Amino acid sequence: MELFTALIVIGGMGLVFGGLLAVAAKHFAVEEDARVETICDLLPGANCGACGFPGCISFAENVVGLKADASGCIPGGKDICDSICKVMGIDSVGSEVKKVAEISCLGSRDVAPDKFEYHGVRDCNAALAFSGGFKACKYGCLGLGTCAESCPFDALHMGDNGLPIVDRERCTACGICVKACPRDLIRIADADRTCKYVPCNSKDKGKVVREVCEVGCTGCKACVKACPQDAIVVEDSLAVIDSSKCDNCGECVDACRRSIIKDAAKVHHA
Amino acid sequence: MELNLAAIIFVAILANNIVLNQFLGVCPYLGVSKRIETSLGMGMAVVFVMTLATIVSWVIFNFILIPLDLVYLRTIAFILVIASLVQLVEIVLKKNNPTLFKALGIYLPLITTNCAILGVALLNIQMGHNIIQTVVYAIAAAIGFTMALVIMAGIRERLELVNMSGLLQGAAVTLVTAGILSLSFMGFAGIMTL
Repeated sequence: MELFTALIVIGGMGLVFGGLLAVAAKHFAVEEDARVETICDLLPGANCGACGFPGCISFAENVVGLKADASGCIPGGKDICDSICKVMGIDSVGSEVKKVAEISCLGSRDVAPDKFEYHGVRDCNAALAFSGGFKACKYGCLGLGTCAESCPFDALHMGDNGLPIVDRERCTACGICVKACPRDLIRIADADRTCKYVPCNSKDKGKVVREVCEVGCTGCKACVKACPQDAIVVEDSLAVIDSSKCDNCGECVDACRRSIIKDAAKVHHA
Repeated sequence: MELNLAAIIFVAILANNIVLNQFLGVCPYLGVSKRIETSLGMGMAVVFVMTLATIVSWVIFNFILIPLDLVYLRTIAFILVIASLVQLVEIVLKKNNPTLFKALGIYLPLITTNCAILGVALLNIQMGHNIIQTVVYAIAAAIGFTMALVIMAGIRERLELVNMSGLLQGAAVTLVTAGILSLSFMGFAGIMTL
């Protein structure tokens, strides 16, 4: 008899709770926009946050809620933007130009020496907090790979010379490494632009640059004089090439006394 | 009566903290204690669910199991109650209070089969509390859980910045920390018992 009471009580409780849950699931059902899931499936799913929202699902919700632009997914690029537009039933937007990360420092370990030995946490931010960084150059790449670690697409690796290498195929120009680099050495640039650029970020005077780095821009202005297009200006002892004026003639490359002017978006790239 | 309630609160939060002294709910204690923010969210969800679950289990125990002489079925009955209750809460919250659901929603499934909830419901019966004592005990135990979680999260946030050997990193140092924290709370153990 006791066996039956036990069975009935527990079974009954199970039935009651099950029924209650079933009723609740029906009664309190929340209608979700099916487009959110469709769009989320289209997205790369790296949850990189380059769109400004926490994760792909959140971006999808905001696109459906018309709070985000369909072209907001930077890693997705043109293709995914088109697919999202199709789901949303709107005209296609967004640019087609492929972009990649570009690093503006050539100061590898052998050409840009350290001012002291650093044995702390292997992180650029931590190293920078200690006496302004161990590198003699105040502007150069510390080479501890904070950018490479931040990359959600595994597109940045640290080379043997202590400088990061960008994997052009994998890089989606999401811009996370740009934010990760405490010395602001990374920028997003058009992948296929044909012009020259100066991979240096040193705003030190020429004399200081010569002391701390073999491949730093001293701001000598030899390139400025050589450039037939007047595309180069020197600001804060650092030559900057205007990519809209540069016709890639190469005069500056020959003129540069330290041979540091390179083809844009090719240096540090694999 | 008031003294009794105060004693319940003191014992449930400090002297017999469910995580640090009774080792219940160690899974979320180690799993959700990486950031203070998430541990607070989890803690709030536990306060909410633990209070509800303990009250409902108390009612079921006193009005169904005792009259029918089925006290030995309490564990299985409570599991049933808690699992359904959490699911129900999740469904209702999602519909009626999306803001609260966003804050607590991700933690609710974690709580469904949490031994801390079941443990408090069972301990509460074992201690023979009445309904007022039950409510106070459940809330206090949940606050104790939240406190343990937040302390742990605070320590772990600082530990992340420490340069330590690879041997200790991750789970190892977390468990060592949990042990030391638990030891330090043992100091409260002799002060008062229920």
